[in-house]
Amino acid sequence: MTEFPLLSLHVPEPAVRPGGQPDFSNVKIAKAGAVPRPEVDVASEEIRDLAYSIIRVLNRDGEAVGPWAGLLSDEELLTGLRNMMKLRAFDARMLMAQRQGKTSFYMQHLGEEAVSCAFRKALRKGDMNFPTYRQAGLLIADDYPMVEMMNQIFSNESDPLRGRQLPIMYSSKEHGFFTISGNLATQYVQAVGWAMASAIKNDTKIAAAWIGDGSTAESDFHSALVFASTYKAPVILNIVNNQWAISTFQGIARGGSGTFAARGLGFGIPALRVDGNDYLAVYAVSRWAAERARRNLGPTLIEYVTYRVGAHSTSDDPSAYRPKTESEAWPLGDPVLRLKKHLIVKGVWSEERHVQAEAEILDEVIQAQKQAEVHGTLHAGGKPSVRDIFEGVYAEMPAHIRRQRQKAGY
Amino acid sequence: MPRCPPIFAASGKRQVTDMARMTMIEAVRSAMDVSMERDGDVVVFGEDVGYFGGVFRCTQGLQAKYGKTRCFDAPISESGIVGTAIGMAAYGLKPCVEIQFADYMYPAYDQITQEAARIRYRSNGDFTCPIVLRMPTGGGIFGGQTHSQSPEALFTHVCGLKVVVPSNPYDAKGLLIASIEDPDPVMFLEPKRLYNGPFDGHHEKPVTPWSKHELGEVPDGHYSIPIGKAEVRRQGSAVTVITYGTMVHVALAAAEEMGIDAEVIDLRSLLPLDLDTIVQSVTKTGRCVMVHEATLTSGFGAEVVALVQEHCFYHLEAPVVRVTGWDTPYPHAQEWDYFPGPGRVGRALAEVMEA
Ligand SMILES: Cc1ncc(C[n+]2csc(CCOP(=O)(O)OP(=O)(O)O)c2C)c(N)n1
Ligand SMILES: [Mg+2]
Repeated sequence: MTEFPLLSLHVPEPAVRPGGQPDFSNVKIAKAGAVPRPEVDVASEEIRDLAYSIIRVLNRDGEAVGPWAGLLSDEELLTGLRNMMKLRAFDARMLMAQRQGKTSFYMQHLGEEAVSCAFRKALRKGDMNFPTYRQAGLLIADDYPMVEMMNQIFSNESDPLRGRQLPIMYSSKEHGFFTISGNLATQYVQAVGWAMASAIKNDTKIAAAWIGDGSTAESDFHSALVFASTYKAPVILNIVNNQWAISTFQGIARGGSGTFAARGLGFGIPALRVDGNDYLAVYAVSRWAAERARRNLGPTLIEYVTYRVGAHSTSDDPSAYRPKTESEAWPLGDPVLRLKKHLIVKGVWSEERHVQAEAEILDEVIQAQKQAEVHGTLHAGGKPSVRDIFEGVYAEMPAHIRRQRQKAGY
Repeated sequence: MPRCPPIFAASGKRQVTDMARMTMIEAVRSAMDVSMERDGDVVVFGEDVGYFGGVFRCTQGLQAKYGKTRCFDAPISESGIVGTAIGMAAYGLKPCVEIQFADYMYPAYDQITQEAARIRYRSNGDFTCPIVLRMPTGGGIFGGQTHSQSPEALFTHVCGLKVVVPSNPYDAKGLLIASIEDPDPVMFLEPKRLYNGPFDGHHEKPVTPWSKHELGEVPDGHYSIPIGKAEVRRQGSAVTVITYGTMVHVALAAAEEMGIDAEVIDLRSLLPLDLDTIVQSVTKTGRCVMVHEATLTSGFGAEVVALVQEHCFYHLEAPVVRVTGWDTPYPHAQEWDYFPGPGRVGRALAEVMEA
């Protein structure tokens, strides 16, 4: 006998499962404008609170309030709204294209559009993102041609990646978008290395690392924090907490830590938590972090609190593991509607113009799709060549691969 | 350890029974269910395997039946999953964990190759590592380079691991039960293209469901198939085809379509390897084709072909040929130009017959 009770294993569970009433009462949300904006050279110990709160700019009435407000012009905000609407329309069309068999697979951003669209604005040409598959807003907001994205999605004869990659696994050095890997978290530490290189070469460029809540459990995430902390790398360490990792709720990766942002504190990395559905807040915080990196003050960790409204991918059906109405109960609202409301309150936008913009954007997306489809879709029309399987494994094709290519008849 | 009932007749054909029909997913699930029922030390975990039951639904219902502490969701950390499984095994449990895709086992490679594989050896049996790593493997689902890999040779090159690749529901269940009961670490690779039916490489045709296939007949209860025994799937005298996993069905189709009297060996277990069955067959036929979906260079076929020439050299009438995936990453769009389908296997058979 022992004086201690018997041990038992703790396995975290989400508050609600299918059939239950969605409940986010445990998500503590700071009032918009309530969280202070420290100087960029602040020490991480002095802003520990920011890892546990939520920085918000847009309030319920659509006004931009508090110390993080006032950084963007009306013009810039209107462009931001357009980018998010474009990403949403793009997703909807590509989802449909997948259902029609024009591609094998798709992953959408529904509800998370503000994160990548607003973040892109904080970067400059030459900076490098190491994204996951859920940051296409980085491309859209940088005016990467939608046709090119679709060519990749359709794996057609104009696919810039020659049919080799899974749909949506884009790559564009030109647009500061590192080639996406299917293996989670690997890019996180690579971003730190890229940033270290920029510092080694006394350059001015900075890097941005991207990861989802679930993937922070991977060792590469922790390696990234160690290296970023040790070398004070000019990198922004982004965590997109959309509450879910396929069927697994964020509590499984977060464990006993209060927030994902708090992971940074043990490494001495300033860590901020931000309303990921608030375009203005996302921009303000990423600009703050970018400034720190540019001033050689080192890394910043940012947790974007958001919600994955759609399925994980076209291979997933979330109704099996979370209540169908959960997204409606999500307390941070819809990023597009929130920015739209703000612009209407400001008097620079209206319901009519929004409807009109929606139609224009849809038309733009449809035009791009038509152009892309001229070059084929996954199972019809122009395709990448079989030769493309063999090329690009090495800079120079070794003899054994050449023999295999010939055997394949090419 | 209970052995499999003798329901394979010598021809490799099953005797008619009134057993349940299962897909490979159901068979794998049933193996875990039976094992968890019989042995309270068996635990199952991995990414999305708890409440949801796994992205391929292999663990569906197990959490509801055995509780959250015997079947649960793991953080997305393959090194963590395998590392904790090793620790649990050291305590005395028998973890059967899922790696969501074989393509994602690499973060755990250190734990697998440097730890799991050598714990018995380095502690002289003081500690052992009876764990099973289940992982969907192979292509054919337009999964691109990170949902299509066949990394079996990365395991067979490591001393201390067993490597099993079933090709049908009946074997999958019997072999998984044997793997869970095995005292050493077993890499259990499940060809995902076979989950719902015996895919033979004819991707333009719908696949026959397992319910219409004799090897979809699976006993509900406990049985096991010894690890290390191959099965002759088709008897023949002209040429021996050595293969495993998805390629078993491709090879069978190729032999039929070419009208070649091929003997098709399903290895089922790569390590340990059933050398006797291989030698017996090649000695008889004098010709040999090795088929796998994994890349060619340093693939498992290289090992088999070396053994064939060592043991059957004086019986060989033609050079041994390998049909494999190309030495490139698995492409997305050109999937069927990469996959070694029945056409390519058939041409190799013809080539070996003409030599
Ligand atoms: C190393 C590795 N393990 C597992 C997977 C399978 N997988 C793909 S996405 C995913 C969930 C990721 O969730 P999260 O990081 O929260 O990102 P989100 O999809 O929510 O944006 C999993 C487990 C993978 N791609 N790579
Ligand atoms: Mg997530």
